[in-house]
Amino acid sequence: MELVQQLVNGISLGSIYALIALGYTMVYGIVKLINFAHGDVFMVGAFVGFYAIKILELSFFPALLISMAACALFGMLIERVAYKPLRNATRIAALITAIGVSLLIEYGVIYARGAQPEAYPGDVLPKETIDIFGLSISSQSLFILGVSVALMVILQFIVHKTKIGKAMRAVSYDAEAAKLMGINVDNTISATFAIGSALAGAAGVIFGTYYIKIEPLMGIIPGLKAFVAAVLGGIGIIPGAMVGGLLLGVIEALVSAFGYSLWRDGVAFIVLILILIFRPSGLFGKNIKEKV
Amino acid sequence: MKLFKQSKSFWFFILLSLAAFGIIQALIITGMLNGFYVNTIIFVAINIILAVSLHLIIGITGQFSIGHAGFLAVGAYASAIITMKLQLPFAAAIIVAGLTAAFTGLLIGIPSLRLKGDYLAIATLGFGEIVRIVLLNVDYVGGASGMQVSHLTTWGWAFTCMLIAIIVIVNFTNSTHGRACISIREDETAADAMGINTTLYKVVAFAIGAFFAGIAGALYAHNFYIIQPSNFGFLKSFDILIFVVLGGLGSLSGSVIAAILLTIISTFLQEYPETRMIIYSLVLIVTMLYRPQGLMGTREITSLFKKRKAAEGGTQDDSKHTVA
Repeated sequence: MELVQQLVNGISLGSIYALIALGYTMVYGIVKLINFAHGDVFMVGAFVGFYAIKILELSFFPALLISMAACALFGMLIERVAYKPLRNATRIAALITAIGVSLLIEYGVIYARGAQPEAYPGDVLPKETIDIFGLSISSQSLFILGVSVALMVILQFIVHKTKIGKAMRAVSYDAEAAKLMGINVDNTISATFAIGSALAGAAGVIFGTYYIKIEPLMGIIPGLKAFVAAVLGGIGIIPGAMVGGLLLGVIEALVSAFGYSLWRDGVAFIVLILILIFRPSGLFGKNIKEKV
Repeated sequence: MKLFKQSKSFWFFILLSLAAFGIIQALIITGMLNGFYVNTIIFVAINIILAVSLHLIIGITGQFSIGHAGFLAVGAYASAIITMKLQLPFAAAIIVAGLTAAFTGLLIGIPSLRLKGDYLAIATLGFGEIVRIVLLNVDYVGGASGMQVSHLTTWGWAFTCMLIAIIVIVNFTNSTHGRACISIREDETAADAMGINTTLYKVVAFAIGAFFAGIAGALYAHNFYIIQPSNFGFLKSFDILIFVVLGGLGSLSGSVIAAILLTIISTFLQEYPETRMIIYSLVLIVTMLYRPQGLMGTREITSLFKKRKAAEGGTQDDSKHTVA
C-alpha cells in the first residue's frame, strides 16, 4: 500500500516535470536550442502565482491563469531579446546565451526581492484524503494530476487542430520551406515560446501549492530534471515529454520508497546518461543518420 | 632554425614568468602584500589552471563540457583525504588529486564523448551533479558539512602548478596530437575521414583537462579551511566556463587574461554576490550577442607581436574559425 501511495506521489511530481518538459521539447523542436532559462520561467511562474494569491487574494484558478499569461509574455520577451539575434549563430553560442539568461533571471529575482523563501498559503486547494480501495490519496495529488492532464490535452488540441499549431509543426519540420510557404516564422517561434512558458508558469503554481516552499533558485533542479524527462521521451516530441516526465516522477518516487531519498537527485542524471548512451534519440525518437 | 626561434620565445616566457614569480614572492616575504592580496593572487593562479584545463577541452578539442567543477571536486576531496586522513605530504596530495581526476575524466569521457554538442553539454552537467551528490552522501568525507582541510597552498605551489599546466597544454596544442584535436574542433566528420582517431583524442584531451582541474582542486581545497559539496555545484562550473568563453574559445592567452580579470573583479564584488552574478551573466549574454568568438577569438596574445609569422601561415593562431 505504501508503494502505491508513493506511486501516486510520483505521478503527481511527474506531471509537474511533464509540464516543464513540454516547454523544453517544443522549443528544442522548433529552434534546436536547449532553453536553460526554462526552469527559471517556472520559478517566475511560481512567484507570480504566489503574489496573485497572497496580495490580490485570488483563488487557485485565476492565479494559475495570471501566472500563465505573465510567463507567456516573459517567455516571448526572452526569445525576442536574447535568442532571436542568435538564430543563425553556432549552437554553442546559443547554449551559452541560454545559460547566461538563466543566471540573469535567477539573480535578477534575488536582487529584486532577496533570496529568502516564501510559503504558499496552505488553504489554496481543499486538503482531504480520499479513500479508494483502502488507499488514502490526497485530493491535492488528484487535482494536480487533473489540471496537468487538462493542460496537456489543450496543448495537443492547439498543436494538432489549430492554424498556429500547424505552423509550429511546419517550422519545426523545415523552417526554410515554411517561410517560403508564407508562414511567419518569427511569430510562430514566439508563439512556441509563449505556450511553452505558459505551461512552465502553470507548473510553477502547481508546484507551489503542492510543495508550499518557493525560492528564487528553485527552478534549477526541476528544470534540469524536466530536461532529462524531455530527453528520455525523445526531445522535440510532445507525447514523449509527457511520458518522460511521468516516468521520471515515478522512478524518483520508487527510489525514495526504497529508502534512498538522498540519492533521488542523482538518479535523474543517471537515467539521463544511460538514455544518452544507449538510446540518444529517446524512447519515442527516431535515429537520424548524420550527413556531411 | 624555426625550432630555435620557438624555443627562444619559450625560454623568454619562462624567464618572464619566473621574474614575475620572484617579484611577487619578494613582496610576500617582505610583507608588502597583506594576506588578502596573497590570497587573491593564489586564487588567480588556481583559476588560471582551471581556465587552461577547460580551454583544452572546449577551446582546442571543441567538446562542450559544463561539468568541470566535478573534476575540481574530485581533486579537492582526493587531496584532502591524502593530507588529512592519511597524513601524507602536500606534493603527494597534488599528484594523487590530478591522477584521480584524470581517471574520473577517462571514466566519464569514454561513454559520454560519443555524444555531440548539446547532448554532451547536458551529460557532463549531469556527471558534475552526480559527483556532487555522491560526495554529499558519503560519510567518510563528511557529507554535507564537508571536510576540514589545513591551509597548505602557498604562492610557490600555486605558481609551479600553474606554470606546468600552461607549458604542458601549450606544448600539447602545438604537437601532432594537439593538431588532431584542433581538426576535431573544426570538423569532426572530416577529421574522422582523414584517419584521425577522434574518440581517442577527445578522451585524451578530456583526461588531461581533468588532470589539471584535479590539481587545481588540490590547491583550491588547501587554500580554504573547509570544503563542502555545495562549493562544487553548477555555478562553479559556470565560473570556469565564463573564463574560456569570454577569453575566446580557442585562445589560451585569452582564457588566462579572462581568468585574471574576472578573478580580480569577483574578489572586489565578494560582498555583493548577486551583483557579481548579474554582471557575469550580462557579460556572457552580451559577449555572445556581439562578439561570439570572445575577446581574443582563436588568436594568441603572442601573435600580436608576430605579424610576420602569421603571414607565413601554418600556425593555429591565424585560423579564422570559432568553435562550431
